[in-house]
Parts: sequence; C-alpha cells; structure tokens
Amino acid sequence: MDHGTEAERPGGTTPRDAVFVIACGALAREILALKRLNGWEHLDLACLPAKLHLWPERIPDAVAAAVEEARGRYARIFVAYADCGTGGLLAARCAKLGVEMLEGPHCYSFFEGNDVFAGHADEEMRVFYLTDFLVRQFDAFVWRPMGLDRHPELRDMLFGNYERLIYLAQTEDPWLDAEAERCAARLGLGYERRFTGYGDLAPALGAA
Amino acid sequence: MADDGDDIILSELSDDELVPQMHDDLYDGLRDEVVEGVNILLARGWTPYDVLTKALVEGMRIVGIDFRDGILFVPEVLLAANSMKAGMAILKPLLAETGAPRLGKMVIGTVKGDIHDIGKNLVSMMMEGAGFEVVDLGINNAAESYIEALEREGADILGMSALLTTTMPYMKVVIDTLKDKGLRDDFVILVGGAPLNEEFSRAIGADAYCRDAAVAVETARDFMARKHNQLARA
Repeated sequence: MDHGTEAERPGGTTPRDAVFVIACGALAREILALKRLNGWEHLDLACLPAKLHLWPERIPDAVAAAVEEARGRYARIFVAYADCGTGGLLAARCAKLGVEMLEGPHCYSFFEGNDVFAGHADEEMRVFYLTDFLVRQFDAFVWRPMGLDRHPELRDMLFGNYERLIYLAQTEDPWLDAEAERCAARLGLGYERRFTGYGDLAPALGAA
Repeated sequence: MADDGDDIILSELSDDELVPQMHDDLYDGLRDEVVEGVNILLARGWTPYDVLTKALVEGMRIVGIDFRDGILFVPEVLLAANSMKAGMAILKPLLAETGAPRLGKMVIGTVKGDIHDIGKNLVSMMMEGAGFEVVDLGINNAAESYIEALEREGADILGMSALLTTTMPYMKVVIDTLKDKGLRDDFVILVGGAPLNEEFSRAIGADAYCRDAAVAVETARDFMARKHNQLARA
C-alpha cells in the first residue's frame, strides 16, 4: 500500500483525529488534488493497486485487510471505492466492518454524479468511458489487458458493440483531451469529451 | 503450452497423439491447425460428435479451467473460442445429418441495458458443443423478448447474462414477469456474469449461478437429467 505519512502532516493532528482513506489507486491523484484544494490535512490516504479492477472479486478481501490493518491506528476509516464490479459484495463487507464507502456503481458514475449518470444509462449503453486516470493508463488498463497489443484482430470482438468513447474529464487538460481522442480512434469509436470535475467524490470525502 | 508446433505434421500423428495436440492448438488459439485436426479425424472415420466432444469441447474445457485459475485471460480465451468456432463450423452440418444427441434447448441473452456479450457467447458455444440447442437473442433483451422466445421455441432453459452492477438487477424483473405469467416453473433459469454470485442468484429466484461456461454446461446437464428422471418417475 502507498500510505500517506502522518509525520509530514502540518496540521498537527494525530492519527486519532485523522480520517484514513483507503482508496483505489485509480483515484490517488484526484483524492490528493481534493486534499490540497480543500486543505484536508486530517485526511490520510492509502491506495490499493488499481489493477485489482481486473479481478473485482479480489477487492473486498484487499479492502478488508487494509481496514483491519489501519483499525488500531485510526478511529475513522473511509473506503474510496464504489461497487466497482463486486456485485454488492464490497458494500456488504464494508457494512460488516462498520466503515463507509462511496455511493454508486463505479467511478464513471460518481465522477459525473450518480443521479446524472443513472439518468442517461439507457441512452449511453453503447458508450465506453474513460477518466483522467484511464486516459493516462490506457495501454496498461485497456489495451494490453484486452490483448490488443498482441491481437489487434480482437478489437471488434471486444468493442464492436460500442459506438462512442466519452472521456469524463476531471481536469482541464488539452493533452489528456487529445490523448483520449487518440484512444477512441484506436478502438474505432466516436469521441466526446465531457467535463465532470470530481463529482460526488468531493462531498463524500468532505463528509468522511 | 508449447509453441514448437511448427515441425509437427498433424496428419502423421496417431489418434492418441492428435487429440491432445488439438487441445494444445486450441489452447494456443491456432485456428488453422484446429480446422486441420478436425478434418483429419473426420477423414479417419471419427463421428462428428466424437470430434466435437473429445477434441474441441474437451480442449475448451481445459481453456476454461486455466481462465478460472487466472492462467489465461480474456484475449487468449477469445482466440481459443474462435478456433473452436472454426472447427464447429465444419461439424455443425454433419452433426445435423448424423443425429447427434440433443440434451435440451436453451434461450440465452444479455439483459436489457447491457451490451456485453463475450461471456454469453462463450456459454452459447460451449452449450452447443455439449449437445444443447441454443437460441441466442444477443444483447439488450427486455423481459418480453426472453419470454416470447422461450414460448416460441419450447425451450427448457433460460440463460441470462450481465456484466454491469447496474444491469444485473434486471434479471429479477425477467423472473418476476415469468412468475406473474405463471410460467416460472416451466424453465430452468441459469444466470451468469462477472459481478454476479450465488447469493444474488438465490435472491432473485434463479435456479443457479454459473461462474463460467464450463459450469453452465455442467449445471444445465444436471438440471436436464433431473427433469428426465422426474418425467420417468411420473
């Protein structure tokens, strides 16, 4: 785990006063940005590998181990994962552990706002989403795990039912925009950029 | 698996050597070699059913085990499936002629709001390979679409697939609609997809959760055997 370091916290809080956030590695940059923007010095962050998303069934055990490990040191722990393909198992585990987690099915949804995302689920059924993280890590999290580096002929079998790629942008970054458009072209999909900012992530962490 | 197959002349192998070699070729996604193996076995007088079950289905079963164990990943499974499909394309018309055993009929589809069909396609293929007649409704199916097909086809089994946490609850809508119409007990209902689990399957009133294509085949076989036993006792 990539633990935040309490010793460096300038606010003078002790771990007992702090909130320990156990997050998906795909949210590290965004959570640190929110911490900086909001001056949340009481918030310590530890991230689990984003690659767990390739095996969602492993997420509940990994989160539970991190919670148990931190429990003696922190009175308040928050899990910065949504359901993330665990089919309700992560929510059940967090409830059992007595810790809160993010609302919603996945990061596409809470970045856009869970209500807004759910509202257009039917119209955007054929949309493949990327976030800032996924644009940066497209090869590591999409292209290579799907085998497209080795077998480009599989592209239409894997993405043939999609029509558009929508880049849900957390930040204003022309480089990421251009990169996301390139990702869409590589997958043979139309392209759209939609600015979301941090969506529901900010209030959830603020209330943690 | 070995990649030193370049020097192997398939036609020079005995049956006992050729079948495991075909399993290897299927595992490695070597479509042309699998097709060649199918043709060789047929030319040697194998029945299409034996070629299908002993060479292709068994090979794909091994692929399924290694996928389950995290040794193979989606792309490798797709390449293996493409190879099996190519072999099945040769065998299908022959199977129809030779009257291979039919175990039952399944209507299968991905639920409303969901376009993900890789798992569902694998299940379709393995069910066909195991001797089930499969009516594949494709993606984004409403309850009415499933029910209309089940009744039209006189099916035994309904298979529903979903990849998304947001779409999997729709399976309950389908099952509840079947209940409302008094049709629930006419069909075995199998469900599958990455975010599903046995608890969810029980909660929505399905008959079984199938974690992969091989389990789907075994589960369907068990249910059909039970059904036949019940009919025999009646």
